Amino acid sequence: MKTFFKILTLLAIAGFTPQATALDVFTCEPEWGSLAQELGGDRVSIYVATSAMQDPHQIQAKPSLLARARRADLVVCTGAELEIGWLPIVLRQSGNNKIQPGKPGYFEAASLVQKLEVPTRLDRAEGDVHAGGNPHIQTDPHNIAQVANALAQRLAQIDGANASFYQARYRDFAARWDAAMQRWEKQAAPLRGTAIVVQHKGFPYLEHWLGLREVASLEPKPGVEPTSAHLTEVLEQLKREPAKMILRAAYNDGRGSEWLGERAKLPVVVLPFTVGGSDKAKDLFGLFDDTVQRLLDARS
Amino acid sequence: MLRISSLAMALWFAVSSAFAATVNNTDATTAAGTNDRNDQPDLRTLEKRVERLEATASAKPAAASSNSFNPDISLILSGLYTNLSQNPANYRISGFPVPSSVDIGPGQRGFSLAESELGIYANIDPYFYGGLNYAMHPDDSASVEEAFIQTTALSNGVTIKAGRFFSGIGYVNAQHAHVWDFVDAPLAYQAFLGTQLGDDGMQIRWLAPTDNFLELGAELGRGRAFPGSNRDKNGSGAGTLFVHAGGDIGISHTWRAGLSTLRTSPQDREFSDINLAGVDVTNAFSGDTRLWLADAVWKYAPKGNATYTNFKLQAEYLRRQENGSLVYDTAGTANSAAYDAKQSGWYLQSVYQFMRYWRVGARTEQLDHGRVDYAANNANLPRTNFNPSKNSVMVDYNPSEFSRIRLQFAQDKSRQAITDNQVSLQYQMSLGAHGAHQF
Repeated sequence: MKTFFKILTLLAIAGFTPQATALDVFTCEPEWGSLAQELGGDRVSIYVATSAMQDPHQIQAKPSLLARARRADLVVCTGAELEIGWLPIVLRQSGNNKIQPGKPGYFEAASLVQKLEVPTRLDRAEGDVHAGGNPHIQTDPHNIAQVANALAQRLAQIDGANASFYQARYRDFAARWDAAMQRWEKQAAPLRGTAIVVQHKGFPYLEHWLGLREVASLEPKPGVEPTSAHLTEVLEQLKREPAKMILRAAYNDGRGSEWLGERAKLPVVVLPFTVGGSDKAKDLFGLFDDTVQRLLDARS
Repeated sequence: MLRISSLAMALWFAVSSAFAATVNNTDATTAAGTNDRNDQPDLRTLEKRVERLEATASAKPAAASSNSFNPDISLILSGLYTNLSQNPANYRISGFPVPSSVDIGPGQRGFSLAESELGIYANIDPYFYGGLNYAMHPDDSASVEEAFIQTTALSNGVTIKAGRFFSGIGYVNAQHAHVWDFVDAPLAYQAFLGTQLGDDGMQIRWLAPTDNFLELGAELGRGRAFPGSNRDKNGSGAGTLFVHAGGDIGISHTWRAGLSTLRTSPQDREFSDINLAGVDVTNAFSGDTRLWLADAVWKYAPKGNATYTNFKLQAEYLRRQENGSLVYDTAGTANSAAYDAKQSGWYLQSVYQFMRYWRVGARTEQLDHGRVDYAANNANLPRTNFNPSKNSVMVDYNPSEFSRIRLQFAQDKSRQAITDNQVSLQYQMSLGAHGAHQF
């Protein structure tokens, strides 16, 4: 019996031991985890709450998220209501006043960029619309650049002792990022004006960046699964208004887009959408390398 | 005309003040030497910046009116069609009598409004969050289901709640009816908690600073509702302790498990029962009630993406121990004698979302009559060997995360020697503030 309790205690210690060293950063989506890693290096310990294979609109406030939020020094999320279904609960139940909205430990990326598709009419009959505009800002690298600047300042504010470290890493990242953006824009120049069909309205920033032209979306309304009636309509529409490819995110179910792709003879491009969405999208650079490459491959 | 010009003024103010703020910021950072020095920002960057500022300025209301601090309001609408093979007026859980004020059982036959709720929630200030949940019942009565305040400014994992709220014991206890996976609460919750424990009192929770979820909680309450008896006394009438642990296994599995206990000391808690002669009598219990709950939940979603398919397995075990005295037939002989009982119950349920929008579920449950000793009143009251049980299956369709239509079939054997076949068709919809996806 005694040894049993010993083993139990050891197990409990192993499972529940805190690991405190670097600045604890809780990121809601993988892109911000990757960005915080770029800026924070070994001075930060990053936790990424969701993965590229999860629909970011449909996350639950599961126990592990509460445990991680409780220890966080900084929460980095998209905002614009993307996490409205789970983050408010996690923050409220975390017993951690550092990361409450309004505190320096709460960072919202979407508030830093100009949002697209801001609805003029708010009605749930329109499907899953976000009052603050489309929240999927991470598909335009210019947005990443703006967020990086603000996030570096925020890291410096919270962890003053390492302020110059974060600034130095930011300057290094910004230089590499600018160069990469020029490269991507040059590579993607032939894509300008390309007509596309999207599964979910998740790419307005990518379209804005590369000059893609969205002619239809497979979801009859944002967040509503493609129906066969709507897909047939889109197929008809494509006869009048042809497109070059169908885009979907890695986490989307592929059946609707494949059905349409087969009939309309269009390639289906599965974009990583965020870091981890494909084998090559290991970090932010890989994310855009792969995104641009996949679009170019589909066009040729 | 006036409106447009005042709007323009407000916008101009917002832009200019926001601009001034950034300029100040820039000054500050330049002074700190972290920015590019000497270089005046060129015209294009300035233009871009103004564009951006205009965008942020127009996104926010320039002048806040008192109206813009409106709290989140959500309304749950729920309705039910029920077909029962037995008369619900005779509903009881044999061997587990509850006070007449406790609402258990399948409800009315035919069409009825189910519990519809109005919820109003908001941050009160930087230190507190609070809200009200008002439930409207089919019989045109209404009740305060929850009305509480909660701290948001404490650190070290501590959260304190006060007011009326659903207790943190067990797993389904803290869930509102509209997030249940079945039309009704498990039998064990109905028998031991009168469906759900919502007391007036205080709660303190502490979240451990660990990678895995570990939470300790304690509550002190009035003992307002069953199994308490709303005693008129200073101090507290009920107390709970609970511990919950949880975490992820890989990216596809999540679990949570817990142990909880509730203690209350009801005084003259009246309930009706049927005596050995088959006559309805009212008895009253005074003494100590102790309830233990063990709960476990396991959820699976392929690659963590629950949108298309997911699976949930959930079970709870409740064990109640009561001792004290029982007055038999308060209106008649009023014979008081010692009372000692140990009873238990459990349920096991699973819900499987086999495709987007569609879920099926099954629940099996049983109560164990346990050991009941009425001492001298053993001569008056029956001690049954009957274990109430129930099996339910359901299918629900969820056109969006705000609406649900459910069909449930249940075979209810709560009453000794009686089988009640229950068919329920239910809708549950929510409008207003976005509901949260609690685990």
